[in-house]
Amino acid sequence: MKITGAQALIRALEMERVETIFGLPGGCILPAYDPLLDSPIRHILVRHEQGAGHMAEGYAHVTGRPGVCLVTSGPAATNMVTPLMDAYMDSIPMVCITGQVPTTAIGTDAFQECDTVGITRSTTKHNELVMTAQDLPMAVRQAFHIATTGRPGPTLIDVPKDVLTNSMDWYWPTDEEVIDSLPGYRPTTKGDPAMIKEAARLILASERPVLYAGGGILKARAAQALRELADLTGIHVVTTLMARGAFPDDHPLCLGMPGMHGNATAVTAMQRSDLLVALGARFDDRITGKIPAFAPEAKVIHVDIDPAEQGKVRKPDVPIVGDCKLVIEELINAIKDLLQGGSVQADSGAWKSRISGWQEQFPLHYEPSEPGDALKPQFCLEQLRDSAPEGTILVSGVGQHQMWSSQYWKFNEPYTWVNSGGLGTMGFSVPAAIGAKVGCPDRTVWAVDGDGCFQMTAQELVTASVERIPIKVAILNNSYLGMVRQWQEMFYDERYSEVYLSPEVPDFVKWAEAMGCVGIRVDSPEEVQPAIDKANSVDDRPVVVDFRVDAREKVFPMVPAGFSNDDLLLPGAQQANRGALK
Amino acid sequence: MSELNHHILSVLVQNRPGVLARLSGLFARRGYNIFSLAVAPAEQEGFSRITIVVDLESTSLEQIVKQLFKLIEVVKISELNPRSSVERELLLATISAAGDERGQVVELVNIFEGKILAVGVDAITVSLDGHPDKLDDFVELLTEYGIVEMQRTGRVALPKLERLAKLERQPKDRKAG
Repeated sequence: MKITGAQALIRALEMERVETIFGLPGGCILPAYDPLLDSPIRHILVRHEQGAGHMAEGYAHVTGRPGVCLVTSGPAATNMVTPLMDAYMDSIPMVCITGQVPTTAIGTDAFQECDTVGITRSTTKHNELVMTAQDLPMAVRQAFHIATTGRPGPTLIDVPKDVLTNSMDWYWPTDEEVIDSLPGYRPTTKGDPAMIKEAARLILASERPVLYAGGGILKARAAQALRELADLTGIHVVTTLMARGAFPDDHPLCLGMPGMHGNATAVTAMQRSDLLVALGARFDDRITGKIPAFAPEAKVIHVDIDPAEQGKVRKPDVPIVGDCKLVIEELINAIKDLLQGGSVQADSGAWKSRISGWQEQFPLHYEPSEPGDALKPQFCLEQLRDSAPEGTILVSGVGQHQMWSSQYWKFNEPYTWVNSGGLGTMGFSVPAAIGAKVGCPDRTVWAVDGDGCFQMTAQELVTASVERIPIKVAILNNSYLGMVRQWQEMFYDERYSEVYLSPEVPDFVKWAEAMGCVGIRVDSPEEVQPAIDKANSVDDRPVVVDFRVDAREKVFPMVPAGFSNDDLLLPGAQQANRGALK
Repeated sequence: MSELNHHILSVLVQNRPGVLARLSGLFARRGYNIFSLAVAPAEQEGFSRITIVVDLESTSLEQIVKQLFKLIEVVKISELNPRSSVERELLLATISAAGDERGQVVELVNIFEGKILAVGVDAITVSLDGHPDKLDDFVELLTEYGIVEMQRTGRVALPKLERLAKLERQPKDRKAG
């Protein structure tokens, strides 16, 4: 049957069971928007292409399904570079389709032409310029296959305008044909049995073990398996920024977030451990601090689906390439086999009491404000957390508010935390929250943002209002680029350079109202709870709460960049007792 | 050139647009050094073989290989140990050789079993193929006369056949005959 390339593209997306596309039309992609009118696929019209990209990411984060974007050529494609890179760094499955000038015009510097595949080559897992309409179904299948298998990531298909208007004979490649067309792409999912056995032996022999859970747990849908492993072995778990929620914060073995702004116990447990079991984690510099000084006595078992992560930063004693869920399940079996065969797990009683000692002595801490004092951002988050309906999804931007969110929220369920970890993209939260709400319409979605972040992508609240996507945004507004201000205060002798944002402009309440949202301003601690209650009661439009918070508040604990995790800076009075972190 | 840090990778790739850009982009982005690079279609239709000589400084060869493997079009990577592989390279050079010197250059070319491709008034163009080390020696000797222009292809390499395997195969072949 002859159909146009545009019809084939939309049909291929339907075949991939795409329900929602985030996009914005333009010249070269125009032909694809016509058959979209007749498709059951929902299209969400964004106000800026970067918004479409982050929405697709938020959607993918919470649903596990690939987020899909459709945008035109040239500036639209370049606007997609940031979300593509963001998705690449955080291993988020995403498929982006860009328009391109007609094949006859490629290379002539035509209107809105740019080398999209060239520009996005290093920001995607794979990309492809499709040169004939006949190739479109295969290109779409390959893009979805690559985006969602192995280590997930973003893919891009660049489609010239004449490829969309030309006709083709419809077909739909089989799984086998797709796999055969990619002879160089064979992700390893099953771990090596000998390595798994060796890992099981090391785990049972360890006296000071830590399970180091990364974002790969969530990507592999391995949260349940992780829980079984922890329960079976009684080993404590740290959950990285990308893995918050992968192991419940209310579980007695959960130590929370390690790293630069991790809590003292999580950081120190890794530092003093004799065995780190890295599960879908990549020894990011924000976790390790100064690499040669990181966890000096620990042996390392490293489970990762990407072989290139093994040994990239820290040489593992036992490398296991494979899918986290499958490997953890096999690991559990191997441990049970050893135990049944008479092996005995080493005594970690002393280690556990050290850990509980640290937890008691070094909890997260901030000084609550005295009456009449400025509002504390941590207090706002605690109130927000305690009033959040069951199953609330928290989406953050990047900076101090992100770290406080990760620290003070209690994540007891996987896929309830969405943030930009690897790339650290300011402006992520509003569009990502919209995408998350589209993916999980029955859940409450709170975006926690900074005033700096919010001003980068706030226009997408217009999209949210018009499309009836009622997200809630809490701006922790300190009128500063707060994290940069913190570094300037601590490491640049309080010389504040270009970090002060005006406290009066913009008027966030008016801005929110102008975008069709409810706007609420909060200046004092007494106003916090009523504002949150009001925000939680609104369900027919987005809400923006402008919390005016103390600009002097800093994120602690903190490992200064380039320092060892042993040089952790603790809040207030705790610093004097830091000798106990041994 | 110091051979110590050099490693030869023979990379089989799907012959698709942009594959060389992906590979060179990966090297540039991760700060790996390419010493030489040769690309041509492989024996199987739709595939090319890329021979890369990499210069190891801070990165391990293992990491380079793993990163290369992440490229979707990369099908197979073999590390070729110089001791167990055959390597060849082609060189073209124009050498200034006027008067008496011409005879000396011709003699050198003959010793190295090279070819004279063109003769001008005061220069000659020669070609030489062989092991890259042999080409290095040749270039060193020619430098004395003045190299006007030179182009080397970069090395290509294949694994050396096991002599034992070769011997084993023969009787079997005969039986089959």
